[in-house]
Amino acid sequence: MEIRPILATLRKHKLTAVLLTLQVALTCAIVCNVAFMIMHRMQRVSVPTGIAEKALSVVAVRGIGKDENPWARHETDLALLRQIPGVESAVAVSYSLPLDQNIASYGVCPSQAALDRAMQRMSLQGSGCAQASMFDGSPGLLKTLGLDLVAGRDFRPDEYVKGQKDVAVAIISQAFAQHLYPGESALGKEMAAGPKHVVRVVGVVRTLLSPVLMNKGTDYDTMIWPQLPSDAGVEYVLRSAPQDRRRVLDAARTTLLKADPSRIINPKRMQTYSQIRAQYFQRDTTMISLLFASALGLLFVTALGITGLANFWVQQRTRTIGIRRAIGATRTDILRYFQTENFLIVSFGVLLGVLLAIGLNLLLMKHYELPRLPLWYLPVGAVVLWLLGQLAVLAPALRASRVQPVVATRSV
Amino acid sequence: MFGYYIDLALGSLKRTPVLTALMVLAIGLGIGASMTMVTVLHVMTQDPLPERSAHLYKPYLDPLPLKYTGDPLGNDPRTNLTWPDAMALLHAHRAERQAAMAGGNLLVWPQRTDLQPFYVDGRYTTPDFFAMFGIPFVAGAGWSTADEKASAHVVVLDQTLARKLFGNDAALGRSVRLGDISYRVVGVAADWAPKPLFYADASASQFSDSDQFFLPLSVAVDNKLSINGNISGWGSDGVPNNLTDASTSWVQFWVQLATPAQAAAYGQFLVDYSAAQKSLGRYQRPATNAKLYSLMGWLRHENLVPDDVRLQMWLALGFLGVAMLNIVALLLAKFLRRSGEISVRRAMGARKRDIFVQFGIESALVGVAGGLLGLGIAQFGLWSIRQRPDDYAHLASMDPSMLIGTVLLAIIASVLAGMLPAWRACRVPPALQLKTL
Repeated sequence: MEIRPILATLRKHKLTAVLLTLQVALTCAIVCNVAFMIMHRMQRVSVPTGIAEKALSVVAVRGIGKDENPWARHETDLALLRQIPGVESAVAVSYSLPLDQNIASYGVCPSQAALDRAMQRMSLQGSGCAQASMFDGSPGLLKTLGLDLVAGRDFRPDEYVKGQKDVAVAIISQAFAQHLYPGESALGKEMAAGPKHVVRVVGVVRTLLSPVLMNKGTDYDTMIWPQLPSDAGVEYVLRSAPQDRRRVLDAARTTLLKADPSRIINPKRMQTYSQIRAQYFQRDTTMISLLFASALGLLFVTALGITGLANFWVQQRTRTIGIRRAIGATRTDILRYFQTENFLIVSFGVLLGVLLAIGLNLLLMKHYELPRLPLWYLPVGAVVLWLLGQLAVLAPALRASRVQPVVATRSV
Repeated sequence: MFGYYIDLALGSLKRTPVLTALMVLAIGLGIGASMTMVTVLHVMTQDPLPERSAHLYKPYLDPLPLKYTGDPLGNDPRTNLTWPDAMALLHAHRAERQAAMAGGNLLVWPQRTDLQPFYVDGRYTTPDFFAMFGIPFVAGAGWSTADEKASAHVVVLDQTLARKLFGNDAALGRSVRLGDISYRVVGVAADWAPKPLFYADASASQFSDSDQFFLPLSVAVDNKLSINGNISGWGSDGVPNNLTDASTSWVQFWVQLATPAQAAAYGQFLVDYSAAQKSLGRYQRPATNAKLYSLMGWLRHENLVPDDVRLQMWLALGFLGVAMLNIVALLLAKFLRRSGEISVRRAMGARKRDIFVQFGIESALVGVAGGLLGLGIAQFGLWSIRQRPDDYAHLASMDPSMLIGTVLLAIIASVLAGMLPAWRACRVPPALQLKTL
C-alpha cells in the first residue's frame, strides 16, 4: 500500500486528523493507566489470609452487665454452640481476625539485647525489633481457623492466661519469623515483648494475614498469644460446611439468646467470613467496577469518534473514490486505503499516547502512591487501540468500497 | 435572527440524526460522570457550620519527644491534646469561648419495659460547647461551670433519644441511666449534626455520626468512661491509656475567637504556652510548632476526602476531555462539509460573524441536549453512590446550584468545543467554494 497519497490527503484535513490523533492519544494514556489500576486493585482484593475462609462464620456478642467470670460464660456458650448441627468447631476471640479491621499490634524484639537497643533509641527502627498484629483466642483456634502449622506445636492447655496478662509462649507467622530471625529457625527462640516479658516461640504457621492492610512488607507479620478473651464483648468463630453458614449463624443467635437474653447480638455483626472480607474490600471493588466502566466508556466514545469521522470522509470523497474505481482501483484497494489511513492516525495517536501514559503514571505515582506502570502495558494498550480503530473504521470503509465507478461520471 | 439560526441548527442536526445522537451521548456521558464526582467532592468539602465557621479555631500543640518516630497505625498523636494541656487552655480562658471534648459510646438503660438496653454515641464536653457551636435547645440548657467542677451527673439528650426514652413526656428533670451511672436530664437539644462532624476525633465516621447525648467531661474522666477515638501514648513508663497522663493525647479542643487580631493573639498565646512547657522540661520540640487552625483550614489539613474520590473525579474529568475532543473533531468535519452552504450564505452577504454565531448556536444546542442527558446520568450516578455503604454516601445529592452548574458546564463545554469548528467554518471564502458547486 502506497502511503504517500494518504499522507497528502491527511495534510488537507490537518486539523481534524490532529484532533482525532489527540483523542486516540488521550484515550491510550488514560486506558493504560486505568487498566493498571484495575490490576493493582485486583491483586489487593485477592490477597490470601491463610485461614479457611469459606468454612467460617462469626457472631459478635456484647454483654450489658458486669460479668465477674466471663471465661465460664464463654465456655458454656462454646459448648452450646458446638452442639448446633453442622458446627464442626467453635472458638472465642476478643475481636481480631484477618481483615476485620480490629487490630491490636505489639512491638516485639528477637532478644533482650535488641529490646535494650530499641529502648535506647526510643524506636523500633534499626534495632531488629518489629511490630506484629496480635491474635488471641480460646483453645482450638488453629484448628478452627484452619491455620497451617509448619513447625512446632499448638498451645498446651496450661499455657493459656486469662485476659491481658503476660503470656509465656506464642505462635508466630512464617513471615514474622523471618523478619525477627532472618536465616534461622524461630522455633524455641525467646522474644522480648517488654522489659521483663519473655515469650518463647513454640510454633510457626505458614500464613496469617493482619486485620488491617498497611504495607506489603509487614501485612503478614502476625502472632498468636494464648490469651483467653475476657471482655463482656466477644466474638465466636464457627466452622461449618460453606453452605451451612447462614443457618448456623441464625441457630447460634437463637442458642445464645436463649442461654442469656440480657445481651446484645447485632444482626449486622453476624457475618460469614466471606462477608467480612467483602466488607473490607468494598471500596476497592467499587473502584474496580468504576474504573472498568470508565475505560469501556472511553474506548466506546473514541470508537464513535473514529466511525463518525470516517463516515464523513467517505461521504465527502465519494466522487474521488468513484474516479479511482473508474481508472482501475479494486474494491480491496479502496478498503485498504481507508484502513491504512486509520492505521496511520491511530499509530500517531498511540505514539503520543505512550508518552502521555508514562507522564500520567508519574503524576499518579506522585499524588496517589501508585507503583510504576509496567512497560508491557504500553504495547498491549497500543494493540487494543489499533484493533479498536480497525473495527471502528470497518463499516465506513466497506461502504466506501461499494461506491460504484459510475459515480465519477455523475455531476453533483 | 436568533430564531432563524435555531431553525437552521435544528434542521442541520436533524439531517444527521445518528451523528447528533452520538455527540449528545458522548457529552452527556462526560458531563454525567464529571458532575457526579464534582457533586460528591462538593458535599464533602462544604462548610459544616456556615454562620460560625469563621470564628471557630482548633489549637494544635506539639508535646511529642524529639525522638518520637511515629505511631504504628499512622495516626498523628498531636491531632488531639493531652488532658493537662486541654485543662490548661480551658482554665486560661484566653478565648471568648473554649471547650474540651471527646466522643463516647454508652449503654442506655430505658425505663420503658418494652425497650431493650442499647448503645448510643455521644460526647463528653465542657459547658461552653453548646453556646460556642450554637446548638439549639428544645428545652432546658447545658450545664454550668459549677456542675462541671463538681462532676455533677447531668446530661443533655438530643431530641431523638429523648423521644425514644420518654415518648412525648417532658424529658427535663427526669433521670436516665447511661452505663453504670444515673444522670439528671438538664436539657434537650434539637437534633444537630454538622457534616462533617468536624469536632470529632479523626477516627470517627465524620459524615454519618451524630451525638445523641452530651455529659460533663469531668464525669467521664472521674469514672473512666469508655472513650471513642484515638488514644495515643508516647510515655516511656509503659502505662498506656491513662487518660490524665501528660503523654497521652485524646482530647479535642475548640475555641471561639471574634476577630483575626484575637486569633493572632491566641496563636501567640499557644507559642508562649509551649515555650513555658519547654522551659519546664515537659516539651522538647520548638515552641513555634504550636499552631491555631481555622475550622476550614483544619478540615483541609485533615483531608477528609478519600484519595479514591479524588481519583474518580480526575478520571471523570479526563473522560469529559476526551468526549469534548471527540465533539470538536466531529463538528469540524460536519461544518466543513457544509462549505458550499457557507459560501452561498457568505456570497449573499452574511458576515463572518453571522456564520460564527450560526454554528455556535448549533454546537450550543448539542450542549443543552447533552447537559440534560448528563443531568439524568449524574442523578443516576449519585443514586448509585447513595446505595453504597460508604460513610459519605448518603450525602451524595445535588443542591440547586449544582443542578444549574451541570447544565452550564455542558453548554460551556460544547460551546467551547464548537468554537474552533465555527471559527474554521466562518473563514470559508465565498467565491472559491461557489465555483466547485
